[in-house]
Amino acid sequence: MKSILKLASFIGLVLTIIPPILFFKSVISLDSSHLYMTIGMFIWFGSAPFWINKKTDDQPDES
Amino acid sequence: MKEQKLFKKIVSQNNEFERTPVPASQLKSGKSFLGMYAGEHTAGTEFVIGPLFVAHGVSAGDLFLGLFIGNLLAVLSWGLMTGPIATKKRLTLYYQLERITGKSVVNLYNFINALMFCFLAGSMIAVSATAVGIPFGLEMPTLSDWYPKTPGWIVAVMIMGAVITLIAIRGYNQVAKFANVMAPWMILIFVSAAFAALPQLGVHSFDEFIVAAKEVIWTGVPLPGISKFNIWHIIFFCWFCNMAMHIGMSDLTILRYAKSWKYGFLSFAGMYIGHFVAWIASGILYAVFLQTNVNSQEFAPGPIAFQAAGVAGAVCVVVAGWTTANPTIYRAGLALQGIFPKTKTWKITAIVGGITSLAACFPALVMKLLDFVALYGLILMPMGAVIFADFYFADKFKFQQEQALKNNRNFTWPALAAWICTLFACLLLNYFYGLDVFFLGLPGWFIAVILFVSFSKISFPALKTKLA
Repeated sequence: MKSILKLASFIGLVLTIIPPILFFKSVISLDSSHLYMTIGMFIWFGSAPFWINKKTDDQPDES
Repeated sequence: MKEQKLFKKIVSQNNEFERTPVPASQLKSGKSFLGMYAGEHTAGTEFVIGPLFVAHGVSAGDLFLGLFIGNLLAVLSWGLMTGPIATKKRLTLYYQLERITGKSVVNLYNFINALMFCFLAGSMIAVSATAVGIPFGLEMPTLSDWYPKTPGWIVAVMIMGAVITLIAIRGYNQVAKFANVMAPWMILIFVSAAFAALPQLGVHSFDEFIVAAKEVIWTGVPLPGISKFNIWHIIFFCWFCNMAMHIGMSDLTILRYAKSWKYGFLSFAGMYIGHFVAWIASGILYAVFLQTNVNSQEFAPGPIAFQAAGVAGAVCVVVAGWTTANPTIYRAGLALQGIFPKTKTWKITAIVGGITSLAACFPALVMKLLDFVALYGLILMPMGAVIFADFYFADKFKFQQEQALKNNRNFTWPALAAWICTLFACLLLNYFYGLDVFFLGLPGWFIAVILFVSFSKISFPALKTKLA
């Protein structure tokens, strides 16, 4: 489950950074770039909190 | 994550090792500090500082070189000044000050610190409000605005302030977790927004970027009514914007958990991501905004980010403002709790939130953020100089180290006198020589050290000398 969440988060970050680069290279339009970034944001918001903080809770104290 | 654990430990109400050195078993790895610095310095303020450099007419060469040198000096300050004292003594700033000058001066320090935190959080609430106001067609503040212009602005800020205060009252933990989750995404949004903005300036390659950087973005010409910045402004602002933390020693509280004194150098992660990449990126966004809104005096990070990065950009502004404002309100509450230990935490947080929300109504806090951040560092810096002088010069110049503790006193005057006299001297330098607030920290530090050493030699000479 954690691997799937991590993969989803990774996809969210990819959708945040790649579309603007494609717009920069004139491959897609600005509107499309905005749309993909918004989708990426929702994917990150929906996946990252469940594994990043989960890791925190599970981690034993460093001491 | 480890960095969140570390930060939670530092701002926790049940602050461990408040009056004892951090034991070896509790020390943290370098990875914790790397993540914490990167997250801490990519925040809501970055959406304001980069655009303000553009407004102040910095040239491209001055900006890039100034950011490189200034950030390097900041990293060296953390690494060479804060790190060694933090890992040698492993005490909080507050307790070290108490041992030098007594509890009453620490209370004064706490009060001023809390007030500064309120204003800083206030500016972040205002930044968030500029994004929240987009769907409601809120009239945004302009560069020359000092006072709230419309009732809509006051309502938006008050609602944001109330929500943020309520969350702060509920405790720090959830916000810290949320901020931790948001950090990687926020860093990417800064970079993404810059990529999305550049084609709007006709830039599609690195060579075109070089040309646009000089001719369109950082033109060297300030906006009407705004003062001109040169490379020295950039270097000193970069170096001193976190002066309270490194030279001012407030990061002793964090770095006392470091396994090695060298961990202070890990602040490079925060400096070169947040104070280099993010400032350049947000400057690009503002240049695009100025190109498409010719002669506009509007200065609102929300619409600026929205134009470049769409909904994700606007949400990033809200999140960045919120995740900066919330822990800041919480820290202000803790600082005041030190003065009023019997008052309930929620009451103090509510009062702090109220003051912060009220301050946020004034756009001057955003428009003058550069001056405010510099002033904040300058005001708290002399106490860092006192700690530095007490640590390194007590034996050399033969005065008593930790004079309040050794003499069992609640108040000793040399630190307070050095603090007040330094700030007065800085005021004179500003008034008579026209030295900008950005530059005052450097002479101020030397003045504070010299005054504290001299006053301590007079009032608390080393025991050996006294006996002789």
